[in-house]
Amino acid sequence: MKMNLMMTAAAGALLVGGLSSAAQAEDLTLCWAAWDPANALIELSKDFEKQSGNTMHFEFVPWPNFADRMLNELNSGGKLCDLLIGDSQWIGGAAENGQYLKLNDFFDANGIKMADFIPATVTGYAEWPKGTPNYYALPAFGDVVGWTYRKDWFDRPEIQAEFKTKYGRDLGVPATLEELRDIAQFFQGRDIDGKTVYGAAIYTERGSEGITMGVTNALYNYGFQYENPAKPYDLEGFVNSDGAVAGLEFYKSLYDTATPPGSSNWYMGEDIDAYKSGQVALQMNFAFVWPGVESDPNVGGGKSGYFANPAGPAGQFAQLGGQGISVVANSDHQQAALDYIKWFAQPSVQTQWWKLGGYSALNAVVNDPGFASSQPYAQTFLDSMAIVKDFWAEPAYADLLLAMQERMHNYVVAGQGTAKEALDGVVQDWTKIFTDEGKL
Amino acid sequence: MSYSVTEPSKGTKWLAGVLVVSYAIITLIPLLWIIATGFKSPTDSIAYPPVVVFQPTLEGYVNLFTERTRATDEMLAAAGPPTTWYDQIARDRGTVISGPSRYGQRFLNSVIIGFGSTALCMVLGTAAAYAFSRFKVPLKDDLLFFILSTRMMPPIAVAIPIFLMFRNLGLNDTHLGMILLYTAVNLSLSVWLLKGFIDEIPIEYEEAALIDGYTRFQAFYKVVLPQAATGIASTAIFCLIFAWNEYAFAVLLTSGTAQTAPPFIPTIIGTGGKDWPAVAAGATIFLVPVMVFTIMLRKHLLRGITFGAVRK
Amino acid sequence: MSLSPLTRVAAATPDGIARKIRGLSDRTIAWIFVAPTIFLLLAVNIFPLIWTIRLSFTNFRVNRPNNAVEWVGLENYRRILSDPTVWQTMQATAHFLIWTITLQVLIGFALAFLINKKFRGNDMWTTIIVFPMMLSPAVVGNFWTFLYQPQIGLFNYVVEFLTGADPASFSMIGDVNLAPWAIIIADTWMWTPFVMLICLAGLRSIPDSIYEAAECDRASAWRQFWTITLPMALPFLMLAVLFRGIENFKMFDLVVQLTGGGPGNTTTLTSIDLKREAFEKWRTGYSSAYAVMLFVTVFGLASIYVKALNKVKER
Repeated sequence: MKMNLMMTAAAGALLVGGLSSAAQAEDLTLCWAAWDPANALIELSKDFEKQSGNTMHFEFVPWPNFADRMLNELNSGGKLCDLLIGDSQWIGGAAENGQYLKLNDFFDANGIKMADFIPATVTGYAEWPKGTPNYYALPAFGDVVGWTYRKDWFDRPEIQAEFKTKYGRDLGVPATLEELRDIAQFFQGRDIDGKTVYGAAIYTERGSEGITMGVTNALYNYGFQYENPAKPYDLEGFVNSDGAVAGLEFYKSLYDTATPPGSSNWYMGEDIDAYKSGQVALQMNFAFVWPGVESDPNVGGGKSGYFANPAGPAGQFAQLGGQGISVVANSDHQQAALDYIKWFAQPSVQTQWWKLGGYSALNAVVNDPGFASSQPYAQTFLDSMAIVKDFWAEPAYADLLLAMQERMHNYVVAGQGTAKEALDGVVQDWTKIFTDEGKL
Repeated sequence: MSYSVTEPSKGTKWLAGVLVVSYAIITLIPLLWIIATGFKSPTDSIAYPPVVVFQPTLEGYVNLFTERTRATDEMLAAAGPPTTWYDQIARDRGTVISGPSRYGQRFLNSVIIGFGSTALCMVLGTAAAYAFSRFKVPLKDDLLFFILSTRMMPPIAVAIPIFLMFRNLGLNDTHLGMILLYTAVNLSLSVWLLKGFIDEIPIEYEEAALIDGYTRFQAFYKVVLPQAATGIASTAIFCLIFAWNEYAFAVLLTSGTAQTAPPFIPTIIGTGGKDWPAVAAGATIFLVPVMVFTIMLRKHLLRGITFGAVRK
Repeated sequence: MSLSPLTRVAAATPDGIARKIRGLSDRTIAWIFVAPTIFLLLAVNIFPLIWTIRLSFTNFRVNRPNNAVEWVGLENYRRILSDPTVWQTMQATAHFLIWTITLQVLIGFALAFLINKKFRGNDMWTTIIVFPMMLSPAVVGNFWTFLYQPQIGLFNYVVEFLTGADPASFSMIGDVNLAPWAIIIADTWMWTPFVMLICLAGLRSIPDSIYEAAECDRASAWRQFWTITLPMALPFLMLAVLFRGIENFKMFDLVVQLTGGGPGNTTTLTSIDLKREAFEKWRTGYSSAYAVMLFVTVFGLASIYVKALNKVKER
């Protein structure tokens, strides 16, 4: 019976689609990172194919090569991608070099309002220059660094009791980063079910952007700022403020005292592996992993809990991830690509997107009364999205990131120099880059 | 019984055998670990501590060849019962198969580019080697050294202008571009190797043929080529192995259409993290052809890896 | 037979053309045969090299199509030579080169020496030992990261089995002091068979008669090794060093997959640094200068070495 209904619905959709799309059927290629949410997008897009008659192709590139490959594609003027769900930091370069289509007129013509999306995602994924109403993307996938913890371990009475004697408070979700470190240190080297476990899996990867995406969660909360709010590109005393130094020292102490041995080159994938295999009590990771954690046979089904990045002395922030969807200026199928974005922005599609495991950035979805309770991690996602900060999105972001990666990894993992020296080094490198760019 | 001073004693042989076999076994462990990982479940593949005994499964191979979507309960119910064994494996994980993966296509690209460049390389290389071997080519030694020196350039160093050049010619991310590139890289090896093989063919055969009224061309393909067939075959396989395994150019110059398997395999992603069983399965399948060649070719290995400098 | 298409082409060649071909001089044929190869090498190797040299004097950046390209003279070269990171990567590369070559030559020669004792089944075991070098280096690097994981990888547990050291007590990739060895071990695992094969060829090229003569002179086995075996195998050993040297100077795929250059810059080999400059920062002019310097270095060292090798051969 159910099958019958579905088939009728499908036939109806086909009919409507057939009537409404006068345009020629086209082949569209969408490029994104190869990760879990991408598989969900394939499923979601079947509805678009049905409605428009266009055929969707997908090109998914794994994270460690995503930036290299896609920027290579944009810079070489390739026509591989019609639609690109590009990382948030690329928007400056792509906008200034005319590689993304500007979407303002299209938004206006189709009644898509940026005010309908989570403000942080609009700033983070769509605008260039930041803070101005010039849009080059539609927020597609909200993402943010947060924490996963082993609820089943936290709930054990003997562990509860021991923690209480040691720290004089109950073992639970940490309110501050200091508390988080206490918990991680408490679990470090502990014997649980006959296995030695460790505190936290954190980001330390060297090759692409890993350690930067991790260390910033500590830096922001201890008082690091990218620049003088009153004077753009003025770095001295903001990047290397006393607070920033304390934050960096915190991250190193967390790495030195409360992470698994050998976690020196870890990013999303390695952190998940460590968490799922029961090596660690806590995991730092982008929110996209949470649906996978929830469905995992070892750690899912209520064994895990989620919390937003805890506060530090200077406030509570979390590193923004996530992407907006853009139309590649070089594409031969711009109209069809715009149709896709128009379809994707619909509230009903966005609701389905969330159901399949995609983090919708549409207010109508996340502010729905049922949203917070729809998944165990939904509330944490909302809390985290309210406190995000992002790395530079300048055209020179890759240079800035590479300098940061080198300085941070040298200090945190390789243990060379002091935190102050590392951040002074960042100021020096970044100042040089901005000077070369003519911004200073 | 004849006694030879150069024949090692029984004890020496036994000791040498034990040492070599132990080395071989140690060196095989990482390889066997890769193959075994391909038959583990994702959970077993990252087990802490690692497991040696496990329940073998084909999940890695299923994941390698399919794309899957994490399905909601309604979707699972609506999709009906699984129809095939691989469908069943996906369903057990709460996913539905949404289509074939890119691995097959990447593998096919490796085949097209690998065999295409090898074939082109053999045609050009044999001709050039024949000329260098039989004719007085002006500046012969300089040309030969020039050909060899092209092999010394780090691929990353020439990748920038090649990238720019390919971009202007529209060869970026095309099969043709990669075939030309790998052919050029492999030509140095094949010219040197093939010249060695052709040098060994007695020139009297051709002279006899020429006297019989053959043209130079006829003498070349009717007399020299059959004689050099073994040499050409083994050279071809070395070119193929290089093109098969190449990574640096492939990762920089290809993306959607012409990417080969080596840049693709290390990056296969499962639910959340890296899908180690699928990565291992991909590596295993990719290894099989080269392993077969190695076994077939073991007598010619030496000559190939030394640019023909070592004679059998 | 694979020749049949060619034969058919030959049979189908019209008489007129055949006569024309017959009319060609050997010299012309030689050029027809050599020209395509030279042309392809010029187009794909030499032309880009010249282009690189040209770009190395400019401030060109591929990702800034709107910026004016300026001639900056030797500025890029000056910046490279005064960049401490470049010297650091050179040191890392030298350390990697010296140790991989030393280990591979020692183990490879020892293996070849043992295999040359012709024990039963030596052929089969030689083939098995050769397998690692048939793998794709990128895949090897990727899998060694997995093997080196202290908790879920095999390496630390094998070390524990052999030495009793706690597997959690060390991390091959994470430790500044161990990481350079992690890449050396993986490379040695992969490429020792290569050196072994060349050494084996060298050992087999020594005629039995020389040993027989030495035996008559009652030279000890030890003396025979130092006066006959080693000197006669030396050109082959040197050849192996040359090939491994060139290949490992270019090393990129295995290490980039294994450590990504970390921790810090500990295993950032020159190729990895060059890739970052060229394809992540897109400083095309600067990285072109970098590439030119690398090429000059490797070409210069290889030429000197080849001269030395020829001298040894003549002896």
